[in-house]
Formats: sequence, C-alpha cells, structure tokens
Amino acid sequence: MTSYIRGGTPLSDDEFKAVIKEIDRPKARYNMAAGIAYSRFLEGLKKGEILGTYCPSCRLVHIPPKIYCPYCFRYISKWVRASDEGKVVTAVISYLSATLEKLEKPEIIGVIRLDVPGYRFTSYRFPGILHRICGASEEDVKTQRIFDARVKARWLPPDKRKGSITDIECFEVIWG
Amino acid sequence: MKANIYVKKRVAIVGAGMTLFRRRMLETPQELAWIATRRALDQAGLELKDIDCVVSGSAPDAFDGVHLKGEYYSEGAGAIRKPHMRVYVGGGTGVFVAIAAWWHVASGLCKRVLAVAEEKMSSAADPHPQAVFRHIWDPFMEKPLNPNLIWIFALEMHRYMHKCGVTKEDIALVAVKNKRNALDNPYAQAAANITVDDVLNSEPLVYPVNRLDISPVSDGAAALVMVSEEWARRLTDTPIWVEGIGYTLDTSYWTNRELSYPVYLKNAAEMAYKMAGIERPMKEIDVAEPYDPFDYKELHHLEGLGLAPRCKAAEMTKEGVTQRNGDLPVCPSGGLLGVGNPIAAAGLMKVAEIFWQLRGEAGKRQVKKSATTGLAQAWGDLMQIGTVVILRR
Amino acid sequence: MPSLPRVAIVGMGYEGFTTSSEHLSFREMVFQAAVKAYEDAGGIDPRRDVDSFISCQEDFWEGVSISDEFAPDQLGAVLKPLYTVTGDGLHCIANAYMMIKSGVADVVVIESHGKPSEIASMRDIIWFSTDPIYIRPLKIPNPHALQAIEARIYMESRKLSREDLGLYVIQVKENSLLSVRAPYSHRLTIDEYLSSDYIADPLTIHDIAPYSDAAIVAVMASEDVAREYTDTPIWVEGIGWATEASTIQLRSMEEDIATRIASDIAYKYAGIEDPKRDIDFAEIDERYSYKALQVVEALRISSKGSITSDLRDGFFSRSGSLPVNPSGGALSEGLPLEAHGLARLLSAYEQLRGIAGRAQLSDIEKAIIHSWRGIGTSSSVVAVLSR
Repeated sequence: MTSYIRGGTPLSDDEFKAVIKEIDRPKARYNMAAGIAYSRFLEGLKKGEILGTYCPSCRLVHIPPKIYCPYCFRYISKWVRASDEGKVVTAVISYLSATLEKLEKPEIIGVIRLDVPGYRFTSYRFPGILHRICGASEEDVKTQRIFDARVKARWLPPDKRKGSITDIECFEVIWG
Repeated sequence: MKANIYVKKRVAIVGAGMTLFRRRMLETPQELAWIATRRALDQAGLELKDIDCVVSGSAPDAFDGVHLKGEYYSEGAGAIRKPHMRVYVGGGTGVFVAIAAWWHVASGLCKRVLAVAEEKMSSAADPHPQAVFRHIWDPFMEKPLNPNLIWIFALEMHRYMHKCGVTKEDIALVAVKNKRNALDNPYAQAAANITVDDVLNSEPLVYPVNRLDISPVSDGAAALVMVSEEWARRLTDTPIWVEGIGYTLDTSYWTNRELSYPVYLKNAAEMAYKMAGIERPMKEIDVAEPYDPFDYKELHHLEGLGLAPRCKAAEMTKEGVTQRNGDLPVCPSGGLLGVGNPIAAAGLMKVAEIFWQLRGEAGKRQVKKSATTGLAQAWGDLMQIGTVVILRR
Repeated sequence: MPSLPRVAIVGMGYEGFTTSSEHLSFREMVFQAAVKAYEDAGGIDPRRDVDSFISCQEDFWEGVSISDEFAPDQLGAVLKPLYTVTGDGLHCIANAYMMIKSGVADVVVIESHGKPSEIASMRDIIWFSTDPIYIRPLKIPNPHALQAIEARIYMESRKLSREDLGLYVIQVKENSLLSVRAPYSHRLTIDEYLSSDYIADPLTIHDIAPYSDAAIVAVMASEDVAREYTDTPIWVEGIGWATEASTIQLRSMEEDIATRIASDIAYKYAGIEDPKRDIDFAEIDERYSYKALQVVEALRISSKGSITSDLRDGFFSRSGSLPVNPSGGALSEGLPLEAHGLARLLSAYEQLRGIAGRAQLSDIEKAIIHSWRGIGTSSSVVAVLSR
C-alpha cells in the first residue's frame, strides 16, 4: 500500500541491478521482402544508379520508390533515373553511435534532396534520402554553411556493392 | 474528419492520477498502471467495478520486454473481464488514449471509462533503453546506415533553426522554463534551476542537440477517468469537458518533406478546433501542454498548433508569454523536459495537467490567469503524428 | 435526441492467403487489398471520402518498433487521421463502430495484415509475449504446450474425445474445399487424423492452424452515407470485446470467459436474446480445434451440457442448423496473425452479400464473427452482422 501512497518506488542504478529477476534477450529475426519497388531500387544501387518512380498526377518522383503514389493514391509504374547529385536539405553532427556510445570520429548526417534531370519539385515534397555526408567539417554544419550545399554520391567500387543503401559510402560536398 | 460534426453525447474527465516519473522504478508495468489508475479512481470517487471499459496506451513493446504487452499489463490497468482497447501511435499515444476514450463514451457504448498509459523503459536495460529505437527505421533505406534516434530530431531541429532563424540560445530557453516549472511538480524527475549556458555546455549528442535539450528516459504511468454527461454531473461539480479531438498522420517518408513546420499537427489541431468551436486559438486557448521531448519541439508545436505565428514561437518565449504568469502559459507542469518522458504516460500526464489546471487543482503550478480552455498535444512515430485534445471547464 | 446511426461494412478487399509472399512487401500487399476494397466500396476515394483510417498491427509481428509509422502511404492516408490499435483486426472494427456511432466520422477504413512467412524466429516471438517472470523462465520448448494444457482440461470436463476434435477438424477442412483461399485445404479422414503424431498431446498437426500471409482492408460507413457506396450494406448490429488474464494459470481453462463477456455485449446491442435461434451461421477463431468448441459454448450457440452432442449431431456442419466456418476457417486458410479477425469478417461479409461462390449458404440473415489473439492473450472480439 505504501508504494501507492508514495506514487512508486524510485531506484538508483545499483538498487535496480540488485532487483533484476530475469534477463531475456529476445531473438527477433525477420526476413523482410523488399517487394517490387525496393527490389528494383536496390538492384539499381548495385549498378550505381539511383532510381525512382514517377507519378504523372502530382508530378512527384518518389525516392525511395513505391508502386503507388501516396498523395494521389494510384498505381504508378514509370521508373526514372535520378542523378547522384543533389543538395543538402538539413545536416547534423553525430557524436554517438547507434547504441549511444561515443564515436571516435564524429560523423555528419544529412537529408539529401536529389536532382532528377527533367523534373522539378517544390521544397515541400521532393525525392530525398537520409545518408552520411563527407567532405564537410563540423564548422560547416555549425555555421549552417552546409545547408543547400551541392553534394555528389561517393560510390563503393562495383565489386563491393551488395544492392544496399550502403553501396553509396556517403554524399560528398562539392564546394564551389 | 467529417464536414459536419454533430456530436451527440458530451464526455467529461472527472479524475486523474499518476505515479512518480523516475529513471528506474521498482514497480512492474502492472503495478505502475495500478498506482495511476487507483489514484484516478480515488479522485473520481469510483471503484473499479464502476468502470465499464478500459482504454490503454503504451509505446514500443520492446521497452517493457513483452510482445503483445497490452495483454500483459491488462490486470494492472483494471482491464480484466472488461472491454480493453490498447492504442499505439508512438509518442503520440498518451494524448491518443484520451481521444480513443472519448469515443468509447461518445458512442454510447461505455459510460465510465478508465484511460491508462504506462511505460517502463528501464526494463530495456542493456545497453540502454534508447537502443530499442534502433528498430523504428525503414529496414532497407535507413537501418543499414546504423542511425541513432537523435539523428532525426537533430535534423528536424536544425532545419527549423535554419528556416526560422532561431538560435540554440532561443531554444534553450524552453528547457530552462520547463525544468524550472517542474520544481513545483511533486512527480517530476528532472526538475532543475538551470541556465541557457548550462544547456549549451551540456554534453553534445548530435549537433545541434545537447543532453539538456532532451527529456530523460523514464518509468511511469498516468490515468484518467472519463465519463458520460449524466455521470459527470453525478460525480462532481467541476467536470472538465472533452470538447475537441484531432489527430493526423503524415507519410512515413520523412526525408521527402519540409521539416521546419509540422503540417500534420496543423491538420490535427484544425480538426480539434473545429469540433470545439474555436476560431482564434491564440486568443481562446488559455493554457497549453504541447509535447516537449526536445526543447525545440515546444516551439515547433506551438507554431503547428496555431498558438504562435510561424517562426515566432521563440520570440514569444523570450518575451515571457509562455511563462506560468504569461498570457499563454505553456507546459506549466514542467513538460517532458522537467517531469520525465515515459512516452505514453507523459502524453496522458499532459492531459491530466490541463484537467487539474482547469479545475484550479494544480497547486503551486497553477497558472496565474483564469483558465477555462486548455489544450494537450503529443507527437510521435517518425515525426509523423500529431494528437490533440481540447478541454473546457 | 436523434438515434445513433447504424454502422455498415460497405466494401472489403484482400491480397494473399498464401504460404509466402516474397514478391510483395507488406506495404504493397496492403496497397493491393486497399485498391480492391475501395473498388468494392463503389470506387471510394481515400484522399477525399474517408474520415479516418485504422491499422491493427503489433510491433513484434512486423519487425519494427512503432509499426504505426509505416501504415499511411499504402492506404491513401497520408496527412489524414490514422492510428494503430494493437489488437486483432476486429478491434479496429470496434473502434470504427464507436467512431461512427459518436458522430465524429462517417467513413472509416480498417486494415490489418500479417506476413508470418517473414518471421524467422516465430517461436521466440511467441514466447516473448508470455510473462517474463512466471512463464518464460520455464523454457518450455514448444509454446503450443500452453494451449495443449487448456485443451486437455477442456476436453476432460466436457467428455470430448480425440474423435470429437477430429470430427470438427474434418468438417471444417471439408468445408474449405469450396473456398477460394484455403492453401491448407484437404479431405481428411478420421484414420488419418487419429494416426497423426502429436505436436503437444492432445493436439496433432491437424488441430493447429498453420500460418499464411494476407492483407485485408474493410470500409465502414454510417447509415446516412452507406448507400452512396453500396446497394448491399452489411450492418454491424452489435459488437463487444473483452480481455481476461493473459497468463493461462490465472484464468479458467474450461470456459472462454473473454468471449462470453464480449458476446453478451454484442448480443445486447444487437437485440439478440437467443443466439441459437436468431443467428444463422458463425465465423469463429479455430486456430486450435478445441478452441472453436470452447468459443461456440461461450457464444451460447451451444452449451457445456450439449457441446458434445451438438457436434456429433452435425449441428455446426454446413447442412446443420448453425454452420460454423462454412468455408473453413484458420485451419485451412492459415493464420495471418492479427488479420485473422478480418478474415472471419471477410467470409461472413461474402456470405451475407451472396458472393461466396461455391461456399454460399442459402437463407441467411444474421451472422456472428469472432476472433481471439492466440497464445499469451485472452482477448476476444465478437460482432453480430446482418444484411
């Protein structure tokens, strides 16, 4: 009853470790189907191409690609090739790894808006992907110099590509 | 939502309760849920047998370490042998529990509903609860890059800073305000008297986010009792009416849209304002609890809610408008930054805080102005969902 | 005060009921199902005509934390009201029902999907849903053992023999020969059944539903607008849902109390006083053969004292007075995880609309649909449908 009156029983790190009863690490393994759209996209990456699908109703090129346009709700099947160049929409400096440990060398991450020759987009909806950015310094990020900077994909050599987003090592800034 | 909303039945909150929010609690998920629900029932003057339906919310199952965890914590949430519905919209869950509870009553199917939100993040102990967020990503486009959760918020924050010309100093004022507000909150985990410099000098995590820009990881639970009009009048002299609900989900492809302004929240807020008959939110909302897991989010959300003009929320904060004694007090509870962030429970805590504020029961946290209309909002998924609730005395 | 509107199903669509679906991502499967559902609903436009969308899914079945994130695009729900309920597809139907009754929505779209073929560590995931302090540490090798205990207790209390379970299984498998989506359909004989090995005594391989991949979408509408989308709305007359203790030893194993409570609520709102008399057929959860019988009792279309004789007298066969799973259920269609309830709804919907093909029953007005959620749960949803 007293824990109800107090509103709960806070514990310190050590007290917490002392009351742990069971430790379980779930084996959660999935073989996810990439499906029609992502399969073709990943095959494209292997060949050094960034592919997207085009919706003739709203004129958006979808990268990451889909066989449907979410905005028009229609089936789309026209594939277009994006350039592997674009510009930085936003960028940050990560000092931590995926498991929140300190990185030896901080990395710069950004959202890159890709050029698709022959197509134009607004700043509200555009083909864009998350990736690492190289060739920029922490200062470039902190001064916001990096916003709208032009970048170009740095690909892994063809024999090292697996058909994954990591076939692109990073997007390199082209300072002009 | 519907073009002509004709809502036939009014719904009111008559009681609220919560546990302490702390980094690690001894209690199991069921026990946390029980403490909060027992307190809410006490305030409402009801017993569990009086409850006919239970709506609950809890964010990733991975935290508590149980798949189908809605089934697991049912007994603590008072849901055994009752209709139990668990809703889940990521960080937006806490406020969404109140929204779903609303239609449980407004549909006429339930008369006295328990709305419970519980989160036990400390169970996901190794290496750190944040590691659970390794699995929120698109498995093909994002996960192979080994992202950490803070990336996306930092990306959104920096875009907001760039587009609106807002500095880290401006943003840090929110963390300072909320942590200070939390000093008056007996449930708070991270209350503190800090300065803007403290925030800027705290450990850099993913620039522009520093440690003190973020709310902490927590265990906790919160609960409300929501009843029909007939029961509201029987149980209390000050029922707090749920006048508006709204929610909207944006595309999962967050790398394809403008991040500096939350359009999904604007839509969600419009839905709620329309239902509540609010035409000028800046004038008609007396007190607001927008979701603040990061300090910049309070600003971002105030703009999306139409409570601040675009890109002007930072100015409003600097001018003191959002202080407890200001014209539009924001996060008088201390928010997530000050009270803690047990995800779903934090959202429901915000609804509870507005409930207490409108009843004049917020003690030292009570806002100076007379408050009749309040708003609580949560946000979640991959920066996609806005959930809004409007309460009125 | 005007009376609350009636609620109808105005369209349904599905993709799958196959043992695997590697060529489509789950998003693409849901898109296919949605397109068909919207067509069935008179060509409804999700971008314009739908007030809210609801998805029924669970993180650990999907393999992502916060599976709600990936719901909107393939349904046409971007920048629209959408939320996820962690429950069987029928929990979504219940929410849509409440939303429409409350007046806050006229048209609601529901989706649920399951791709169990993609779960490589299924057994571990199932164990992950059990109590971490009291059940998991026992390290029982096979999760079906938990249900086998319940089966044993139930069978002994009702004096059901293995032949009785076999009778039920053979009957629904035979029904499924008429189905267009039963990858596990067979003509099973009693000898075949009795001679199969146990998975966990008394359950053999024929008593446990295998998995299949499927995506199912339903469109619901209020009475006022239903006729804009269809000439044959199928009414949800009443719906109820309930949860019992999830840990098996803390609840009755003889009676399915959650189903009983849920059906009491559904019958009350549907004005059903005598289900045996008023209901024409039932689509229920049979992911374990014995469970179907427990459910039938709990739904009051049979009883503790008569279940054995009702079963043996053919009461629940296609030619009986209250056919149960007339085109086979999960045992033949496979179990698409949380989409199972919508699979039951789909079958009942097709029957009531008269589009059930070779499996069509005649002279039917009212049906019950029911779904459970499997091991680690004791939650059920029951609904009464009519045409």
